[in-house]
Amino acid sequence: MQQTAARRALRAAAVVTSVTITSALTIGPSLAADPIKIGSVLSATGPASFLGDPEQKTLKLFVEALNKKGGILGRPVELVLYDDGGDANKARTFATRLIEDDKVVAMVGGTTTGTTMAMIPVFEDAKIPFISLAGAIEIVEPVRAFVFKTPHTDKTACQKIFEDMKARGLTKIGMISGTDGFGKSMRAQCMKVIGDYGITALVDESYGPTDADMTPQLNKIKNTADVQAVLNPGFGQGPAIVTRNYAQLGIKLPLYQSHGVASKSFIELAGPAAEGVRLPAPALLIADKLADTDPQKPVVMDYKKSYETATGQPVSTFGGYGFDGIQLLVSAIERAKSVEPQKIRDAIEGTKGHVGATGLYTMTPTDHLGLGTESFHMLEIKGGDWVPQDKK
Amino acid sequence: MAEFLQLVFSGLTIGAVYALVALGFTLVYNASDVINFAQGDFVMIGGMGTVFLMAAGLSLPVAAMIAIVAAVLVGLLLHRLAIEPARGASPVSLIMITIGASIFIKGVAQLVFDKQFHSLPAFSGTAPIAIGGATILPQSFWVIGGMFCVVAGLWLFLEKTLIGKAVLATAANRLAARLVGINVTVVLALAFGLSAAIGAVGGILVTPITLTRYDVGTLFALKGFAAAMVGGMGNPIGAVVGGLLIGLMEAFGAGYLSSTYKDAVAFVAILVVLLVMPQGLFGRRAVERV
Amino acid sequence: MLRKILSSRIAVLLLLAAMIAIVPVLAPSSFYLRVAALVWIFGLAALGLTILTGYAGQVSLGHAGFLGIGAYAVAVGPAKLGLDPLLSLLLGAVLCGLVAYAVGKPILRLKGYYLAIATLGFGLIVALVLTSEGAITGGPDGMQVPRVVLFGWRIAGVVPWYWISGGALLIGALLALNILASPSGRALRALHDSEVAAAGVGVDVAAKKLAAFVISGVYAGVAGSLLALMNGFITPEAAGFMHSIELVAMVIIGGLGSVVGAVVGAAFLVVLPQALTVLQEYEQAVLGLLIMVFMIVLPAGIVPSLRRLVLERAA
Repeated sequence: MQQTAARRALRAAAVVTSVTITSALTIGPSLAADPIKIGSVLSATGPASFLGDPEQKTLKLFVEALNKKGGILGRPVELVLYDDGGDANKARTFATRLIEDDKVVAMVGGTTTGTTMAMIPVFEDAKIPFISLAGAIEIVEPVRAFVFKTPHTDKTACQKIFEDMKARGLTKIGMISGTDGFGKSMRAQCMKVIGDYGITALVDESYGPTDADMTPQLNKIKNTADVQAVLNPGFGQGPAIVTRNYAQLGIKLPLYQSHGVASKSFIELAGPAAEGVRLPAPALLIADKLADTDPQKPVVMDYKKSYETATGQPVSTFGGYGFDGIQLLVSAIERAKSVEPQKIRDAIEGTKGHVGATGLYTMTPTDHLGLGTESFHMLEIKGGDWVPQDKK
Repeated sequence: MAEFLQLVFSGLTIGAVYALVALGFTLVYNASDVINFAQGDFVMIGGMGTVFLMAAGLSLPVAAMIAIVAAVLVGLLLHRLAIEPARGASPVSLIMITIGASIFIKGVAQLVFDKQFHSLPAFSGTAPIAIGGATILPQSFWVIGGMFCVVAGLWLFLEKTLIGKAVLATAANRLAARLVGINVTVVLALAFGLSAAIGAVGGILVTPITLTRYDVGTLFALKGFAAAMVGGMGNPIGAVVGGLLIGLMEAFGAGYLSSTYKDAVAFVAILVVLLVMPQGLFGRRAVERV
Repeated sequence: MLRKILSSRIAVLLLLAAMIAIVPVLAPSSFYLRVAALVWIFGLAALGLTILTGYAGQVSLGHAGFLGIGAYAVAVGPAKLGLDPLLSLLLGAVLCGLVAYAVGKPILRLKGYYLAIATLGFGLIVALVLTSEGAITGGPDGMQVPRVVLFGWRIAGVVPWYWISGGALLIGALLALNILASPSGRALRALHDSEVAAAGVGVDVAAKKLAAFVISGVYAGVAGSLLALMNGFITPEAAGFMHSIELVAMVIIGGLGSVVGAVVGAAFLVVLPQALTVLQEYEQAVLGLLIMVFMIVLPAGIVPSLRRLVLERAA
């Protein structure tokens, strides 16, 4: 009696297993009308929500618009969104969930370098393409088969800034950096290339990500003799407060910010103190000032318009990274004519001259970023607006 | 000397806000033994509320008034819907409820407002005032002056009004207060409402300097709690002194020692104070009864 | 009878073992195993805090600091010092114990909220050091944790770490139960009720408190090491203030002073955010609301409140 029960249970188990296996094997090709699942783990809340929030809004808007136009390959797109709150451990759990449970074909996300690095092994092991929206160069150096990224690296931003300083004859500078991931990583990259431009940092200060007053640090810089300019790598509210404190202390030296504050909201937050501040930024910020012949003009105008009407907030570099990430992926799926992760990966790597909001992307097997310094424009804030400083 | 003055101004400005948050902690603690971790979120409601009401076209004073009323309402609701039903629970359970409330308030704030940083226009211009080689923003005077006004108002209320005396009596001995006919529930609600108002005032005063966002409350709760403890939990004077002290520590730490470790400098200072005076600077010596 | 079963040590261990054994059978994919493994790991850390808070009555708002020390021990040890990962785990646990001793010795003289603020400062300083000393720790962007290789077998993937973390939780629970049943454990319980009374009957209050602090630090440290080894990557926010709060929340929500409660509390705070993702932007608000509701309805925590309910029914 007992034996038959056990046998029956075994048989049931065998049936369940075989059904699961067959359905798992056939799930890909047989579901032609089913949505294509694209995953996204972003830091939409928490300290990095300054970046993650516009990214999330952009992805949602883009996928919505895409589905209205009929989706990709005749199939609608389903965006599976998770919020890691900036926590690397949570990000990794969600990455596992996207792959094991949601069975996504690709992922666009990873707001910070920390969350991205935590998720990379999951996608590499599962051989699912992962387009990261985080800054640090370690993400694509060394090149990993399935990992790509859209943002400029900090290094190119540093180079752009130092080029500009050199051209203005500023060779002795003060640094004040945020101790968040963005600020620390950019500071380190800047220190690596600073010598190439014959520039030296006489003073090197920092502030915490939630600090509300940087006058003590700036006062030190003010009292350091011979400083000719100040550079502030950072994002979030920090640079806005630095800029205000800078004006409060009456420091008259040129102030450089990074692409981390490249959004109109920086000008609003820093107020009149922002006048004269310079920073490297993508074409997105000066969409309406681009020459009509600029290949990026239609793309950035279009993105800017749809984002600003839908959200009522100004566009930022970070939303642009998300826009480029999802566009690269969609174009890759269209070119691959397949949703097989391996083929999508190959198509992303084969991206050539893709016009994005951040710049022109050309990926190669040795370059999974594909942006050059020319994607940055040096801007100066004048009269509450961006003014391009590029020599034509 | 100029540098020293600059650091003093910087420390006093931030410290004044810590002091206001610490005062809120103190009021609620005295009435209920509860540490209200949602205290910092009242600062956020004050700041963010004013920002969004001004964006809707209201003038600064009107927007500020409505934001303060909104914070008071949230404080009263917190007491009525979450603290009162859990009466009799242990202090740790009550603290957990306030932590839940803090997460809830932030969760709602990111829906009602947004997740961006915001600022308010300075009340009386942004032209820095030079004093002894240091420069100070007019808004700093608003913050520091506002803090002293709140402290004076609170003192008058507690010492000169009947209901204020009831609050003090409840703080001194809850059972005895109940015996002499004080409605302890009303006193507790009052404490929550008042602490919310004080937090919101702090938020409105400081937003033109420090900016605000839906989640700034955590930081203010942390610093305000530390300030209340170093001053001696339950002592309003201690809360003010503690707040200013931490603000100054941070400024001096950043200016003279290391900007990276300035928070550590402040906390080591707190530890030293507490190890020398385990009840804080102005704390009562509590005797544990068996 | 029922009361005896519910409080017996063997019953608690069997219950935990059964939970650990049943999850892999029910889990539809390895994602669920990973979530369960996280529950065991955070449960282990919460268990340590249960000894400190639930028994010795001392509050700590800085225990994520120990989690961070344990996590970075298995990252820095192999990567920068060339140590074996398992040896690093042990050294991390020892380091946590030593740090807990050195920190606890002076600050445990403080009482109640004064102790809470001192531990909060400790956690903050650990997080600050991990963030700032980028040359060793990789800074705010974190660092890779080398894989464990045991007898030529590279331990990677969810399944082995599920069983390792489950085993660690069982060992941790066994030790905790034995500590609590020993004469020292009973002395600890006396501390929770009244320090003055405990001292009056001859308990060396300071020594017992310090012992509880050291034990809880080691538990959190081992949990941190396991977390880092399983993830293969670690960032300084593991030691952050919010994680300290989360650990305390696990202990209180699960039920102060209950071994099973610590694990249930960990499950509550690990599983709930996964379940709430369907709510999208309402997630945070609902999470806060649920914490409040649970604490109002079950003020003693989930496990003790349910236990009382069961006993009342039976009586």
